[in-house]
Amino acid sequence: MQSEVMFAGFGGQGILLSAKILAHAAMEQGYEVVWIPSYGPEMRGGTAYCMVVISDRPIGSPIIRNPAHLVAMNRPSLEKFAPVVKPQGVILINSSLISVGSGRSDVDEFIIPVNDMAIALGSVKSANIVALSAFVARSHMVDIHVLRECVKEEFSKKPKLLPLNMSAVDEGLKAAESKN
Amino acid sequence: MSKVLMKGNEAIGEAAIRAGCLNYFAYPITPQSEVAEYLSHRMPEVNGVFLQGESEVAVGYMIFGAAACGARVMTTSSSPGISLMSEALSYIACAQCPAVFVNIMRGGPGLGGILPSQGDYFQATKGGGHGDYRLLVLAPASVQEAVEMVMMAFPLAEKYRNPVMIMGDGLIGQMMEPVFFPDNLKTEQLNTDSWATSGMKTRGSNTRNLVKSLYLDPIQLNNHNLHLKAKYDRMKAEEIRFEPYNIESGYQVLIVSYGTMSRVCRTAIDNLKAEGLEVGMIRPQTLFPFPEAAIRDAASKESCQIVISIEMSMGQMVEDVERSVRGRKPVEWYGKCGGEVPTPEEIMEVVHSFVKSARKEQN
Repeated sequence: MQSEVMFAGFGGQGILLSAKILAHAAMEQGYEVVWIPSYGPEMRGGTAYCMVVISDRPIGSPIIRNPAHLVAMNRPSLEKFAPVVKPQGVILINSSLISVGSGRSDVDEFIIPVNDMAIALGSVKSANIVALSAFVARSHMVDIHVLRECVKEEFSKKPKLLPLNMSAVDEGLKAAESKN
Repeated sequence: MSKVLMKGNEAIGEAAIRAGCLNYFAYPITPQSEVAEYLSHRMPEVNGVFLQGESEVAVGYMIFGAAACGARVMTTSSSPGISLMSEALSYIACAQCPAVFVNIMRGGPGLGGILPSQGDYFQATKGGGHGDYRLLVLAPASVQEAVEMVMMAFPLAEKYRNPVMIMGDGLIGQMMEPVFFPDNLKTEQLNTDSWATSGMKTRGSNTRNLVKSLYLDPIQLNNHNLHLKAKYDRMKAEEIRFEPYNIESGYQVLIVSYGTMSRVCRTAIDNLKAEGLEVGMIRPQTLFPFPEAAIRDAASKESCQIVISIEMSMGQMVEDVERSVRGRKPVEWYGKCGGEVPTPEEIMEVVHSFVKSARKEQN
């Protein structure tokens, strides 16, 4: 079984990092993984997106036209990628910055105010981890406990940020549980 | 050994160190710059040398200098940078010095773009620099394979006293995959006393070694070229590497594709199989020497109606595929460049349309 998720937003939102943590968690669970960033002459505030592909067998094409899921952190990302998500996939919409829906009735639309939740925790910087945790809890793409360990490992290099990001994991998980 | 999640570019840098390379000179260029970034802090940790040259032209000759002294040395760059190093490559090949060059290809020609491409196939396999020289060219299709090829490249360069080039593309450089660094690929460097200009005192020798690429006497130069040719022929006999895929099936179509493009083709082949159309693939892992016999044999299979070379270029490898097939089956090409990587769905459509037109021709 192969599954893919597109993380998309603007530069500075931590898109590449949250995708990397997901890829790490998948690797820890023994999956094959590919993490593919968009790269280009990007600038701060420009678009940033990143695909993570996980599979139980060697991954062929790293180029995916239709990902299973989407985490949209800003409106241009939602508009660009919502139409290509596979039916039944999760589309996480960061309603703090996006005032519209995906326009799809065949997907699991998961609308949460990620930025506001992060601000309530103490810093908008943790919005990416709130989104990551909420997405994983909703999609079950990887085990949430493994993800938590990977978040811990990632931020153990920056101990000051560790408590904030661990509570971001909890907050995301809570949001996923209360929106069933 | 446990796996780590690494970007292709960083893994290439780490693999060089694990292979025993302590000299790395480079100039930054997208999409390869992370190799230099990584080695700028890793090389000092292992008492190695990281040096950023003032240009790729300079870097090419720094590599020549270090290689002439018998040091394990590597550089990495991307397409326009490799063009600038090509003069030095010709000199290094003529002077028979071992060195490893990595090209993380981007779209060309000219300054082109920064996205993945395979447009430097001709440059790597047919020259780039002047004169009758060849590079041994390795083409990885994953981050893991890039690691293994970097580690293999040094002993190969030393075995033949010839530059080895690793041809990745922007995706191989930029994507992350789990990798492990196999200990068994670490090799001892061959003794360089018979040729390297490492200093008579250092070697404890009374004989001077001379590294040069100037032969004004025509008979000498012809003889030198014959000697080089014999090496290249030996590479053809001993170093061809390729990976067959779905080749045991009764395939109607044979794809030849390498690097990232071959992975897209692999997915397309799996999907086509599910639809009932069998497609085989030969993935060259060495672009020079080219797996001619393997492709000819695979094309000769009775069920095979057509051979398609699929590349992220405007049709370069297809010339070697045609040469390999020798007219036994029709050979077609499909490709895109500029950073457009064809999707599996696109490859499936292409295969279907070629199969249809092949049928029409038969009728």
